[in-house]
Amino acid sequence: MVTGALPNEKVEPSYLEVSTNKYKKGLLSWILSVDHKRIGVLYLYSMMAFFSVAVVFGFLIRLELIAPGKTIVEAQTYNQLFTLHGIIMIFLFIIPGLPAVFGNFFLPIMIGAKDVIFPRLNLMSWYMFVFGGLFAVVSMLLPGGSADTGWMFYVPYSVRTTTNVLPALIAAFILGFSSILTGLNFITTIHRMRHPDMSWFKMPLFVWSLYATAWIQVLATPIIGITLALVAIERTLGVGIFDPALGGDPVLYQHLFWIYSHPAVYIMILPAMGLVSEIIPVFTRRSIFGYKFIAFSSLAIAFFGSLVWAHHMFTAGMSDAAMFVFSFITFVLSIPSAIKVFNWISTMYKGSIQADPPFLYTLSFIFQFAIGGFTGLMLGALSVNIHLQDTSFVVAHFHYVMFGGTGFGIFAAMHYWMPKMFGRMYNLKVATWAWGIVTFGYNMLYMPLFVMGYLGMPRRYYDYLPEFQPYHVVSTVGSWILIVGLIIMFGNLWIGMRRGPKAPMNPWGGETLEWKVQTPPILENFHTVPDVHAGPYDYSKYEAKKETTK
Amino acid sequence: MFSSASNFTDNVDAVFLYITALSLIVLVGITVAMIYFVIRYSRKRNPVPTHVEENLALEVLWTAIPLVLFLSMFYFGWVGYKDMRNIPDNALQIKVTARMWQWSFEYPNGLKTDTLYVAAGMPVRTELHSTDVSHAFFIPAFRVKKDVYPNKVNDLWFQSDKVGRYDIACAEYCGLNHSGMYTAVHIMEPADFDAWYKATSAKAGLQPLLTAAVK
Ligand code: HEM
Ligand SMILES: [Cu+2]
Ligand SMILES: [Cu+2]
Repeated sequence: MVTGALPNEKVEPSYLEVSTNKYKKGLLSWILSVDHKRIGVLYLYSMMAFFSVAVVFGFLIRLELIAPGKTIVEAQTYNQLFTLHGIIMIFLFIIPGLPAVFGNFFLPIMIGAKDVIFPRLNLMSWYMFVFGGLFAVVSMLLPGGSADTGWMFYVPYSVRTTTNVLPALIAAFILGFSSILTGLNFITTIHRMRHPDMSWFKMPLFVWSLYATAWIQVLATPIIGITLALVAIERTLGVGIFDPALGGDPVLYQHLFWIYSHPAVYIMILPAMGLVSEIIPVFTRRSIFGYKFIAFSSLAIAFFGSLVWAHHMFTAGMSDAAMFVFSFITFVLSIPSAIKVFNWISTMYKGSIQADPPFLYTLSFIFQFAIGGFTGLMLGALSVNIHLQDTSFVVAHFHYVMFGGTGFGIFAAMHYWMPKMFGRMYNLKVATWAWGIVTFGYNMLYMPLFVMGYLGMPRRYYDYLPEFQPYHVVSTVGSWILIVGLIIMFGNLWIGMRRGPKAPMNPWGGETLEWKVQTPPILENFHTVPDVHAGPYDYSKYEAKKETTK
Repeated sequence: MFSSASNFTDNVDAVFLYITALSLIVLVGITVAMIYFVIRYSRKRNPVPTHVEENLALEVLWTAIPLVLFLSMFYFGWVGYKDMRNIPDNALQIKVTARMWQWSFEYPNGLKTDTLYVAAGMPVRTELHSTDVSHAFFIPAFRVKKDVYPNKVNDLWFQSDKVGRYDIACAEYCGLNHSGMYTAVHIMEPADFDAWYKATSAKAGLQPLLTAAVK
């Protein structure tokens, strides 16, 4: 079945060939398209462009740190590098990665819809994404240079520095809007556009996670928008809000910043959790263990996740009561994530496992996400947090969650869905090698940061005490291995999508709706109204006998 | 790896090791399980998956056990933190001022230094204040840290019984020379401290108002 159509169907031109506007071909037929799939692809390319820039910055940061003192850049450049690296990775890679690229492309198909409910708004979100991103990157070229505040823009420093903080603030502000609009679009689409037979508990878990994520995007993002706007007002008009020199309070800024940015951590991780819950059943041929639990825990995490923000401020000098409450809720909130990990692993038990690249990235995800979670427990314990706050331990912790977790989730999604999106297959062997190299390099890059952090290496340090050098050297060598792996991985995907063999309609044996449409999908997705009587993970046709673990 | 340098060091390290040990056990457990399942139930070996019913007992178990363990971690962290807030009344009061990018210390008699000298066994309370942006006062070996703001006074305390020199770092990003904002605390034998204190105060024309024995 290499054609990618159902046996009894004619093959229609795919969305790659059919334009939705008067331009039949070329760039304009894409950047003016309102088809959710084309917009997903636009997001994919633009996200990859920004990601490449930020990876290069990360690589340069690591190179600078291979030895104490100056290695390749000046301190000022270093500070700008990690700031832009952080801004791009957060706002232009990790936050939009799964929802805007793969959510856009697959959410409507997975719920049996022709498109999202507001296609034009969808295109507008993409424009805001690109303009926001360009603002951030172009500020490098302005006199004064790009912002050197760190991605958190902590006041008073961000009000006083002479670098171009304003473009970075505007960038984050616009990107916030893009994120809100995507969230709004997804919530409404899920409520209004589901296929009539697609009840809530027949929705794939990826859709559930996008739903929970979208609510956070809509509810939390405005806070950061307003907060950053206030910083901009403070900088330009000198109104005292956060800077004590003008009568403001920097701790207030930190609260407002983290009231958004902690929930934003869930914007980053929930879709990846949904994705993993999608991939594991497919490659193990087993229904996911604890479907309802996973679905509800996404919502629970989204809700309770808005109550722990001040665990980023345990050294700020808060009251004992606040310390107690925020640490306590942080620990309780870790439970659903822990259970999810157990659910995923139980799903592998007695499965029939095909360890293809998407599944391999998923295994790395679980391993690395678990390390991110465990080190989060260490950071959640008050007395330990005091020591570890703002050290390289924290840098390693959030890279384990965001890069080792969500970043690897995005890599898994690419290997899982790109054959469907582009109708071609990449080389599986090369992909497997790349996975091994990326996973190894990744862990070599970040493991030493835990050790160093505990020994007292602060973060955002251009220079450091000689005793830390061995760890830095190992870490930097790890970054070289990682880069090699990333180049092989992306190169393989790129070549595969352009010249690879035609992908079958359902290469992995998935049961969700996107595997029942033509490869690549047609405009408006479905030839005929799809059949959604079975649940999303119905593998009974493969299964032998029933059995319980009792 | 650990130097027991202050009254907090051992406790923080113990809580850290407690969480690390539990984490390692579980991490190894789930990793081995994953690898075992992938090999044991590979499609080649096990072409037909077996349906396994959801198991309530199992789910209750893997909710309850983490809950208990997590609450114990919370508790130990909280207890350790309480000690850090329980500042002795007789602590030596040092005013610490942070500015881009240096530290300065002021003793009760007005003596100002840019390196901190205290006697072994003497509890010390630092009053932290910044004249410009935010910084953070961090003594890694003592496991203490606190943010330093321009508009409020934070404090922390420690006591060290171990003579030696310990780094003081800035842990909150504060601009160009953030990573150069190091100084040190010298823990001295009480007699040495008294001698140093008397001499330095005299040089600055100040009364030496305390001795290490006062504590
Ligand atoms: C090649 C891959 C990467 C390398 C080599 C790298 C390396 C680094 C390094 C060395 C820092 C500086 C830490 C500091 O001085 O405080 C840093 C910061 C950061 N990285 Fe990465 N990183 C990489 C990928 C990622 C990814 C995929 C993400 C996205 C989740 C990410 C997000 C961040 C953030 C948010 C910061 C903090 C920036 C700040 O302190 O303002 N990094 N990274
Ligand atoms: Cu957080
Ligand atoms: Cu600093």
